[in-house]
Amino acid sequence: MPQNQPFQQLRLRSIGRTYGEYAALRSLDLTVEQGEFIALLGPSGCGKSTALNCLAGLVPLTQGQILLDDERVDTLPAERRDFGMVFQNYALFPHMSVAKNIAFGLEMRRTPKAEIKQRVQRALEQVRLVGQESKLPGQLSGGQQQRVAIARVIAAQPRLVLMDEPLSNLDAKLRLDMRTEIRRMHQEQGFTTIYVTHDQEEALSMADRLVVLREGEVQQVGTPEELHNKPVNWYVADFMGYRNILDMTVSEVASDGRVRVTQGGLSLWGSAQGALPLGTEVRVAIRPDDFIVTTDAGVDIPNPTPTTVGVVEYLGREYVFDCALPGVGSVHVKTPVHPGAGTQLRVGVPAERVLVYPTELASQDAMKAAV
Amino acid sequence: MGLSHRLAERGIDRTLWLLLPGILFALVLFIYPFVYGMGLTIQPSARIADQWGNGIFANYIAFFNDPFIFDSVWITLKLAIPVALFNVIISVPIAFKLRGKFRGKRTLMTLLVLPITLGTVLTAQGMLIFLGRQGWLNKTLLEMGLIDQPIQFVMNYWGVAISLVISGFPFAFLLISSYLSGIDPSLEAAARTMGAGWGKRLTRITLPLLAPGLATTFILTFVLAFSVFPSARLVGDAMGSTRVMSLMAFRAFGEQNDYSMASTIALMMGLVEFVVVLLVLALRGTLYRGSTGGKG
Repeated sequence: MPQNQPFQQLRLRSIGRTYGEYAALRSLDLTVEQGEFIALLGPSGCGKSTALNCLAGLVPLTQGQILLDDERVDTLPAERRDFGMVFQNYALFPHMSVAKNIAFGLEMRRTPKAEIKQRVQRALEQVRLVGQESKLPGQLSGGQQQRVAIARVIAAQPRLVLMDEPLSNLDAKLRLDMRTEIRRMHQEQGFTTIYVTHDQEEALSMADRLVVLREGEVQQVGTPEELHNKPVNWYVADFMGYRNILDMTVSEVASDGRVRVTQGGLSLWGSAQGALPLGTEVRVAIRPDDFIVTTDAGVDIPNPTPTTVGVVEYLGREYVFDCALPGVGSVHVKTPVHPGAGTQLRVGVPAERVLVYPTELASQDAMKAAV
Repeated sequence: MGLSHRLAERGIDRTLWLLLPGILFALVLFIYPFVYGMGLTIQPSARIADQWGNGIFANYIAFFNDPFIFDSVWITLKLAIPVALFNVIISVPIAFKLRGKFRGKRTLMTLLVLPITLGTVLTAQGMLIFLGRQGWLNKTLLEMGLIDQPIQFVMNYWGVAISLVISGFPFAFLLISSYLSGIDPSLEAAARTMGAGWGKRLTRITLPLLAPGLATTFILTFVLAFSVFPSARLVGDAMGSTRVMSLMAFRAFGEQNDYSMASTIALMMGLVEFVVVLLVLALRGTLYRGSTGGKG
């Protein structure tokens, strides 16, 4: 059940942050609807944490505006924005009990005592920590501390919830559990959430929309499906699980948007993502899942290439093996059956799943001009 | 299983020989003199024995009953406790201000800590030249017509207090700076995002986490100030308002040749310090003392 709706839209108007010459974040534009779950995604140093800290008010902007409907927020100090933040290292107050930690934000808002008690209790129930309220954070496990950090934020019912890689300090299993937990809480409470992560799986599974950043610049904004199926450039593709990124050259351009790309002895038909004249240096992105594998010489497959199975990894339900393709080195291929190391076979991939991008990453201005 | 093996399992092996120099030092330079001094205290001199009775505790009877000696306890406490408190309290805002990075931080830190390198005698000398009746400050103030009479800055309580602040502040400041850097800055950031202004952040987050460090710092600067000797003599009123315990011990030893009374006063000095330290530690025991999340 969604809470009272304090705003309709959060708008980031070309916000940026520079440190001297270095631009940690360049001109981020984003409109977030009430109740949306947005993930800022990128490797370390891409500007995602800077963006979050700017939103929280912990780092002042050097350009742009942050608006909640028509209210300017970027001029307010952090303590008056009414945004909650979950920190990567949790930042729980070590000298306060779990209950005191959760109550802190409410006390700062001068909530009546009885209501504080009630809301702390409710938050404890939501994160399943009832019975732990009098412990100090140091007496809790990492996962429990994480849940206190989340409870502390949701108890205060802030206008916006910011999360800075909240799961990165947890082990793999707990991370999966907490992922579901956060998503469940978001669905129940409807908090507008901005979530920073470097883990594409996390971002894809949790967010309504993703923002992929690189060196302080936005690369693509879209739903998980859009980003997963139609990355705008090879950088986003690489981030979205297109594990095979091959450097090749356009050798033939067909009228239907398909291009032939070659490198060494390898030649593939792919679909051009953008204008790619003959001879352009390109990066070709192929997902391991999109390969078709056959040992039967009679079967007809698209873009067939003979190769030999190298290292095989078992992933639980399927296998990934690597195999050398002429001219481009080895590629990763996913198959449902164990191919047997050293097996001679043919791999193929449909042309529409061979995404061909210009090697040059368009700057933001050029991208805007194209839109 | 051989004997050496069995001993090694209980932690007894040849590496224990490494303790020998340390134990020797402690025995020769601390335990023996301490026990010897304690022994002296129960062998009162004829003078004390005549005046205060003949028992072996005559020195102690004298210590508690002779107001000239016993008052020095209060005189010393009146000097050491305010000075230690002042050093701690003044260090907190300065350490706060100097947290984080800025240009010239290193120079400023060096200037603040520099007095550590000055001996107390040098400090006293400097104070006499600067603050004395004929000192630069009084001369300047007189010439500017701000005062008619030179102000008495030295040779009294304030002279010793100033000297103790000069030598004790750098210690307090350095200690508190390091305690402060041990507090994870993201705690304050978290408090900010939860709506706490700077006052609430200070009283609810930073000070409670800093408090045990403040107690420790207080103890150290207190002990430093309590054993004041050179400045009490050089810039103080040695027979009056700054008649501190160490001066009394020195008087018994140097002027009256009464080793056993001197030892008694020294021992009682240690006892008074010990009581104050225990009180502060007991207070500190009631505070949160776990991790503060930072690098400290």
